[in-house]
Amino acid sequence: MTSIGSVASFLVQTPVFGVTLTLGAYEIGSWLQRRCGGSPLVNPVLISIVLIVAGLEFAGISYDTYLRGGDLIRFLLGPATVALALPIYVNAGRIRAAALGIFAGVSVGATVACASAVGIAWVLGAPNDLLRSIAPKSVTTPIAIGISEQINGHPSLTSVLVITSGIIGAMLSGRLYEWIGVRDWEARGLATGIASHGIGTAQMLSVNETAGAFAGLAIGLTGLFTAFLLLLATQLF
Amino acid sequence: MLRAYLVLLGCQAIGQVIHHVFRLPLSGPIIGMVLLLIFLRVTGGGSEEFNLAGQALLRYLPLFFVPPGVGVMQHLALLRTWWLPTLLALIVSTALAMMSGAIVMLSVKRLRWPRRPGAVLHPAVSGDR
Repeated sequence: MTSIGSVASFLVQTPVFGVTLTLGAYEIGSWLQRRCGGSPLVNPVLISIVLIVAGLEFAGISYDTYLRGGDLIRFLLGPATVALALPIYVNAGRIRAAALGIFAGVSVGATVACASAVGIAWVLGAPNDLLRSIAPKSVTTPIAIGISEQINGHPSLTSVLVITSGIIGAMLSGRLYEWIGVRDWEARGLATGIASHGIGTAQMLSVNETAGAFAGLAIGLTGLFTAFLLLLATQLF
Repeated sequence: MLRAYLVLLGCQAIGQVIHHVFRLPLSGPIIGMVLLLIFLRVTGGGSEEFNLAGQALLRYLPLFFVPPGVGVMQHLALLRTWWLPTLLALIVSTALAMMSGAIVMLSVKRLRWPRRPGAVLHPAVSGDR
C-alpha cells in the first residue's frame, strides 16, 4: 500500500502535473473572461500565473519541478510564433501599402517603450540589474531573453517583465485607443504588437484579423529594432 | 494536420540554425516566421488544412506564455522591494509606446495618402476616415 502523500509527491515529479496544472488554471482564466463578456481587463494569462504561483508556493513545489510539464507548453510558443506568418500573408497587400507608416511607428514606439521604462525605473531608484532587465521588456520573450543576456540583465526576470508588459498591453488595448481617438485597426494592431508582443497580438487577433496581422508583424520588427538599439546604447555607455 | 505542424516546426528548426550560425539578434521562431512567409508566397498560400492547424495554435498563443510567467516566483525577493517602481515603469511605458506608435503610424499614413480613393478596402473594418 502506498500512502496518498507518496502518490502525490510521485505525481508532482512527472510532466503530467505541470501540463495539467497549466491547462486547468488557463481554463479557469478563460472561463472568467467569458463570464465577464470577453473583457480585456480579465486577462487569462494573469489569472493563470497568480493561481499557479499561489498553488506551488502553498504546496512547497519548486519552479523547476513545475517546469517538467511547463516546458512542454512553453515549447509550443515556437511553432505558434512561426504561425503568425499566416495572418501577415493574408494581409500582405495592406502591409505593403502602409510600409512607411509601419517603419515610422515601430521606430518611435519601440524607442519610447524602452527609454520610458528604463527612465521611470531609474528615476524611482531601481538598481542597475533591474534597469538592464527591464530595457527589452516590449520585445517578445525569446528575443528579449537573448538581449537581456547580452546587456547583462537577468534573463528569467526579463521574461517575467515581458509577460507583465504583454498582459498590461492586452488590458489597455480595450480603451486606450478610444481615449486618444485612434479607430484605425492597422494602427491599433501595430501599436499593440510594438508594446505588448504576443499576448497583445492574441488579444488583437480575437477582435480583428487585420489588427492581428499588423500586431504580428510589429513583434518581429520591434524585436529587431530594440536589439540593435540596446546593443548600440551599451556600446556607447 | 501532421504535415502542417511539420512545416511549422521545419521553419522554426531552420530559423534556429540560421540564428545560431549567423548569430542574429532575431530568435529562431521569428526567423521561422519570415521563412514561412516566403514559403506561403512561393506556394501561393497554405491549404485549408494548413490554415486550420495554424489558427488552432494562434488561438492558444497566450497559454504558451504562462510557464515562463510563473518564473516570477524566482524573483519574489527582488520584486517585493521594487514592485511599485517596476509596475509603474511597465504600465506607463506600455501606454506611451501604444499611443506614440499608433499616432505616428496614422500620421505617416495620412501624410503619404491624403485621400486616395479605394484605399479603404473594408470601411467597416478600418473606419477611421
